[in-house]
Amino acid sequence: MSTGPRLVEVRQNVLKQNDLLARSLRRRFRAAGVYVVSLVSSPGAGKTTFLEKTLSLLRRGRGLRVAALVGDLATDNDAARLARAGVPVKQITTGTVCHLDAEMVGRALEGWDLAVLDILFIENVGNLVCPSSYDLGESLRLVLLSVTEGEDKPLKYPTIFNTADVAVITKTDVAQAVEFDVTAALDGIERVRPARRVFQVSAKTGEGMEEWLKFLEGMRDEGRGMKRESTFAQIG
Amino acid sequence: MHELSIAMSMIEMAAEEAARRGGAQVNAIHLRLGPLSGVVKEALLFSYDVACEGTPLEGSRLVVEEAPVVVYCPTCEEERTLASVQRFCCSVCETPTPQVLRGRELEVVALEIE
Repeated sequence: MSTGPRLVEVRQNVLKQNDLLARSLRRRFRAAGVYVVSLVSSPGAGKTTFLEKTLSLLRRGRGLRVAALVGDLATDNDAARLARAGVPVKQITTGTVCHLDAEMVGRALEGWDLAVLDILFIENVGNLVCPSSYDLGESLRLVLLSVTEGEDKPLKYPTIFNTADVAVITKTDVAQAVEFDVTAALDGIERVRPARRVFQVSAKTGEGMEEWLKFLEGMRDEGRGMKRESTFAQIG
Repeated sequence: MHELSIAMSMIEMAAEEAARRGGAQVNAIHLRLGPLSGVVKEALLFSYDVACEGTPLEGSRLVVEEAPVVVYCPTCEEERTLASVQRFCCSVCETPTPQVLRGRELEVVALEIE
């Protein structure tokens, strides 16, 4: 007996596997009491420099126990740079893969005692498209935009700018030289996710870093985002 | 370009489902795709054909249904369809809103099998 073609309902999220892994990572982070922050941006926006400064200030200035995972297609240059801050760093080399996913994060953390950490940073691969689809179990997602990139990046890449809880404008020390229009940038950031916190920093001069670190400590102390279901939910 | 790995996951998912149904042939995958999924429809369609080669789904079609972004307007206290992903605001009263209710779908809704 032939029934011919028919449509059967499935209703399955294609990224279900990743989402389940991310959820279990988030539970693990919460149980260990470690606050997890991820960073996304285009290549060259200054993620590593910003992170190096952040790690160093948190460790030396505030006595917090911090660590970082850093994703790159190839080389462990970024990990070597971050290790200068004197904190545990692990490189995730993705090969040809243009983003990190929850499984890579889980694998990189094998053997780590998360309970001895206060804050763990995850630096994603420099890419403004692919990382937007993947929940990594983080409690806070940052998107970085450097003043050398042009003010319209948020409008060109609304999806990734929308998924981030916080936006950071980097390299403000050269803003004037490159004629960066900060008003236009702030407007674009606001348009794709209204009411979001924005920081303007120069990791080089230290400008704006204090304000960012204070905010981060506040988020951590309140455990904001640690209980949410996914990165894509609003901070809760 | 992560659409290829997305296509491969979909094909794997569909093949498993078909196997569960006694080795049925999958003619098409129906996918619901939201603008905030981070997946580009054209790139996915292209990747799909490549990813199908040599699998039980070779020759099958990918049917993409595009879903709108739906936000919550705190002023109207209503769900609203977003007019543009470059401006998250109410399509009626223009109140800015960060509350996204739907629009991240990347979901296999149905399989056409025989």
